[in-house]
Amino acid sequence: MERRGTRWALGGWTTLVVLFLWAPLALIMVYAFNKSNVQSWPIPGFTTHWFHVAWQASEVRSAVWLSVQAALLATSIAIVLGSAAAFAIARFRFFGREAVSFLLLLPIALPGIVTGMALNSFFTFSHIVPSLTTIVIGHSTFCVVIVYNNVLARLRRSSPSLLEASADLGADGWHTFRFVIWPVLSTALVAGGLLAFALSFDEVVVTFFTAGAQNTLPLLIFGYIRLGQQLPVVNAIAFAMIVLTVIPVALAQRLMRDTGVLRRGASALAATK
Amino acid sequence: MIRIRRAHVLAAALAVALCVPAAGISSGNGLPTSIGKGEGQLNLVAWEGYTQPQWVTPFTKATGCKVNAKYAGSSDEMVTLMRQGGGSQYDMVSASGDASLRLIYGKDVQPINVNLIPDYKNFIPALKSPPHNTIKGVHYGLSLQWGPNTLLYNTQKVKPAPTSWSVIYSKKYKGKVTVPDNPIQIADAALYLSKTKTSLGITDPYELDQTQFNAAIALLKAQKPLIKKYWGLASDEIDLFKNGDAVVGAAWPYQTNTLIAAKVPVKDLIPKEGATGWADTWMLSSHAKHPNCAYMWMKWVSTPKVQAEQALFFGETPANTKACAVMNKLSPGSAAQYHCGASAAYFNSIKFWKTPIADCGNGKKDCMDYTQWQQAWTQLKG
Amino acid sequence: MAASLDPAEGLTARPGRPLRAARLRLSGFFWRHRWAKGLLLLAPPLLAFGLVYLSSLVALFISAFWTVNPFTTDIEHIWNLGNFRTLIDSSAYRTIALRTIGIASAVTLTDAVLAFPFAYFMARVASARGRTFLFVAVLLPLWSSYLVRVYIWRLILDQDGVLNWMLNKLGLPDQHLAYTNYAVWLIFSYVWLPFMILPVYGALERIPHSFIEASRDLGAGGFATFRRVVLPLALPGVIAGSIFTFSLTLGDYVTPLLAGGASSQFIGNVVYSSVGISNDVPFAAAFATVPLLVMALYLTIARRLGAFEAM
Repeated sequence: MERRGTRWALGGWTTLVVLFLWAPLALIMVYAFNKSNVQSWPIPGFTTHWFHVAWQASEVRSAVWLSVQAALLATSIAIVLGSAAAFAIARFRFFGREAVSFLLLLPIALPGIVTGMALNSFFTFSHIVPSLTTIVIGHSTFCVVIVYNNVLARLRRSSPSLLEASADLGADGWHTFRFVIWPVLSTALVAGGLLAFALSFDEVVVTFFTAGAQNTLPLLIFGYIRLGQQLPVVNAIAFAMIVLTVIPVALAQRLMRDTGVLRRGASALAATK
Repeated sequence: MIRIRRAHVLAAALAVALCVPAAGISSGNGLPTSIGKGEGQLNLVAWEGYTQPQWVTPFTKATGCKVNAKYAGSSDEMVTLMRQGGGSQYDMVSASGDASLRLIYGKDVQPINVNLIPDYKNFIPALKSPPHNTIKGVHYGLSLQWGPNTLLYNTQKVKPAPTSWSVIYSKKYKGKVTVPDNPIQIADAALYLSKTKTSLGITDPYELDQTQFNAAIALLKAQKPLIKKYWGLASDEIDLFKNGDAVVGAAWPYQTNTLIAAKVPVKDLIPKEGATGWADTWMLSSHAKHPNCAYMWMKWVSTPKVQAEQALFFGETPANTKACAVMNKLSPGSAAQYHCGASAAYFNSIKFWKTPIADCGNGKKDCMDYTQWQQAWTQLKG
Repeated sequence: MAASLDPAEGLTARPGRPLRAARLRLSGFFWRHRWAKGLLLLAPPLLAFGLVYLSSLVALFISAFWTVNPFTTDIEHIWNLGNFRTLIDSSAYRTIALRTIGIASAVTLTDAVLAFPFAYFMARVASARGRTFLFVAVLLPLWSSYLVRVYIWRLILDQDGVLNWMLNKLGLPDQHLAYTNYAVWLIFSYVWLPFMILPVYGALERIPHSFIEASRDLGAGGFATFRRVVLPLALPGVIAGSIFTFSLTLGDYVTPLLAGGASSQFIGNVVYSSVGISNDVPFAAAFATVPLLVMALYLTIARRLGAFEAM
């Protein structure tokens, strides 16, 4: 165990970092109640008007819906393809395996602007009109990698002998999947899927290059920011997002804790962009 | 009138350069003769403040056309957006004079039938068939609003009140100046030089030879240490003024109005050297997917009420003369303030944005073209 | 994938009859791994996906050798090195590239310094409940809009913003960080911090306690244990985190756009305005090769240091 002084110092540092992380979030929440639409400090008065405006605005609703659709589709693709890729890399030796595992890291290691531009050129070149599909393709690139990383990390730590044991005990493929693979993987998939969803939902750079005329929520927020007229609406939306996401974050936390794989969840979540 | 003549030369040069089949277009073939049923949606590329809920919400209610707006901070961005995805993404663009000709000759926009717009006949004469959107009698869009780029300052921090653009080039307000992040800003420097350094012989701030151009760039380079931020978004400048990070700068009236509404002590003016400005046109994409909604939109935004609302909101001058009375009703004295129904003389005193090209009418083709403006601007910002 | 499966996975086959042997091996393989069929079915979409992504990247960098007609802004497919020459010759672009890489390094360093003690506390000192709290504390900012978080920092740093208001209340002088490169550095460090904390935490958490005890038993002091045992084992985590913070900063344009000052252009800003404003894709592609090469180099080094296992 660390010495007492060290522990206190570490604790103090941690407190400061938490404050650093959270103070701006608290401020976002305060500005959501700003009476004036031009944001200055201290705010001139409190109002809940902007929540009403945000709720009423059809453009906000359609942007949220588009973002949810894109994030759900990208996450679904990511879960299917990402875990398939992880299985292939973890369980088979094949020609080019090393190269493939290196390439699979590219979408999260390369700057978003490179990915975005590359896909933008590809779509322009092949006359694909920007739409929900192109956004989903763009987001899938990094979402697949996130799920892949999570599943791979889990597979590396689970012994292949489990599968052999299952077969020895007479289980067929489905049984093995249902009772051996799935329990091992499910939390990795939940953690990876949630994170993929969150990142897709908040993605700006790649979306800018792959979206058409319809706004996703981040693009709409950017429009609001550049307009400078209804900034508290943006804060109200952000407020709602923070409050709403406490639930899935806490839920994911619980899931991982219950199965005793918190640390795996953590390292899985580390595979983020 | 000089401006208009030059623009004709420009247009002719462009037409020759690109071999536009002008005859085919001017025959008026394919122009709609009535507005059909709305398609339920309309995708716009617009300046900030051009698609406010104040007039968009009633439009959607009346026509069922849901409006998606994408804001662009410069004419270049508008042209690029209109070409994105083969040009089928956006139905309309609120192009300024420096974008409209590029769009016309790039075949990105299509002719429109102005007879379907009842308020067209009430437009001021200068904006019925202006050279930036009408080629050989073919209308490639509907004029909307126009106005000058102004000098904005904080009345408490900047004393005495400025009368000249020199205030944004002088060291007095070092670190408290903001100007637009836009290559066309070089024209503002050139306009200032045309009055203060007459030996350069600048007659048109968009037609600069190498020497004149270098002088403008040198002026902007000297200005750079004074700049707090080159504003790219309208809200950048609003925040800069609201929070005391800038006290003087080049602006649109939109920022002035927003700041005054928030009770910030600011004022704007057209300095004695004059001002650059814009004359905007709603243009219809050649590949528009929602043309009926687009026509309904043009009809809607040219009505006196919407014209007046937008003029007051953004701080600009409506094309429709019938809007002046509405403006005065909404805000007494505003029609005169914004020169509503202005005389041709006032209209022509503003140096409207246009695209700089190498052939600027002096027969030597030695002017700096817009690519050079863009490069110089990027390198200037560094 | 199927054709290149390791023969060791299959049944042993008699020599001299390769075709039949291969078939046997394959069926034997499927007998043992029935779910592999499903995997095979997924191989085509996976490959297609990889192909789209890779061919996009390749197409992008081919276009870097093309050029744009200045008047029509159409891309002309004439091979030339003009874009690269402009990049090398112009001191402005050199400055921008160096600024981007410099700030990305500074952000990475700052985040590593902020994250390490935090992750150490989280992994080795905090109680289970405290750990859960810290975990949520780190994750929650990731779920609130990136744009809003950047924008709120602008309001904090403004001349009349929250920070100066607080400083004045405390009787301290104003700070003038707003719209400078320091602001950009600070905001980047803020938004990417969770991406550093999580992998470092993961690495620290995996160090078996017995290692540290063994080190103590062998007479190493607290500092020696940290330097000789903890740090080497945590290093892959730090490097994994640095890949994120470095690459995310390298490719961003929104923060410099919103919070930067008169000299805050990043590579991303030039690329963004080349594509989104002047429609000069070839030049943007040429400039985008800079972060690509930097990342390729970075990844190669990171791989050597074993960071991939920690990602």
